[in-house]
Amino acid sequence: MIYRMGAALMSLLGLFVSAYLYLYKIGRIGTLACGTGGCETVQQSTWSRFLGVEVSLIGLVGYALLFVTALVSLQDPSPRAWPARALVWLAAGGVLFTAYLTSLELFVIHAICRWCVGSAVIIVSVLVLALLDRRLGTESRAG
Amino acid sequence: MAASPVGMKRFYGLLAAVAVVGIGLLGYQLSKPATVSIPANVQIDVKDTANFHGYVKGDPNAPVEITEYADYQCPFCQTFATLQMPTIEERLIKTGRLRWRYRDFPLQQHPFSRLAAHSAACADDQGKFWQQHEKLYDGQAEWSGARDAAPIFRQYAQENGLDLGKYDACMSGHIHAGRIQASLEEGMRVGVQSTPTMVVGNRLYQGRFDSDAITRLVDSLAPKTSSAK
Repeated sequence: MIYRMGAALMSLLGLFVSAYLYLYKIGRIGTLACGTGGCETVQQSTWSRFLGVEVSLIGLVGYALLFVTALVSLQDPSPRAWPARALVWLAAGGVLFTAYLTSLELFVIHAICRWCVGSAVIIVSVLVLALLDRRLGTESRAG
Repeated sequence: MAASPVGMKRFYGLLAAVAVVGIGLLGYQLSKPATVSIPANVQIDVKDTANFHGYVKGDPNAPVEITEYADYQCPFCQTFATLQMPTIEERLIKTGRLRWRYRDFPLQQHPFSRLAAHSAACADDQGKFWQQHEKLYDGQAEWSGARDAAPIFRQYAQENGLDLGKYDACMSGHIHAGRIQASLEEGMRVGVQSTPTMVVGNRLYQGRFDSDAITRLVDSLAPKTSSAK
């Protein structure tokens, strides 16, 4: 259960990072706290929207889903229960999407947003925790 | 293995603490005075470019005109503006040999370039473009690394004696965002790729400049006559 707790906690952190970026994007926050200046470059680029939707809003919804799923998974310790499986799939989708966005930053926009890097670290850690939970949970049941 | 009730209680306590801190930080950001950022993806209207082709100083009949495409947050532009421009002004502009045209070319990697350019444009509305322009370059080190440059630009506006009510309305209304974007696009159209770039006629001069190089350029284009000393 400790891994699911960790996943819930990290998802909550990701939720706040996404909310911060989204509030900036809709003009509620003037400038981003970003020493390199790359954040504004990334956020103002055409790549800050995916299929017409703000990437930060996608992140906000995604982390909210992860957070709720992680909390629900705490109610059922079985690693085979649907919330535990959903947590892995949701986090895997998030990691793939983050990999796509990071490649855009590196090779297309040529600017790095620290908040995006933070979000990348968070989503990878959620996936690792979800995988550890499934693996160790399955092993302990088998043993 | 299921967590104990005490462990769950602690965990929910931790989540609540993180939520309170997160909401507090976001609330703080939202409660700060609204700062201004100048949009780049603006529709350029005819009014943005009609009768406006940069900020000009010098004799309208000067034999040579140099158009400078520059970025307020670019270090080379700052060095040029603060170290070389005073000599160029004394030697060439005030003597009627050169007319100087300044155009904005805000580079994407500089977060405050457009804001600075807009601040200067708002000062121009009150006839104080060059004063604001000078302060922006003189103070580049002060605002370039700042978390929010807008209050610093506003302070410059105040020091330059601008009507702050009009200045604030101009900045928050982004009324010159189209002009700045139009200037950038014009620069790209003529081939500008970096800043500062000087355009003389159809020729582009890129790189680092000093006042002697500009003087030689003007001398080559319009040699001094005995009456123009």
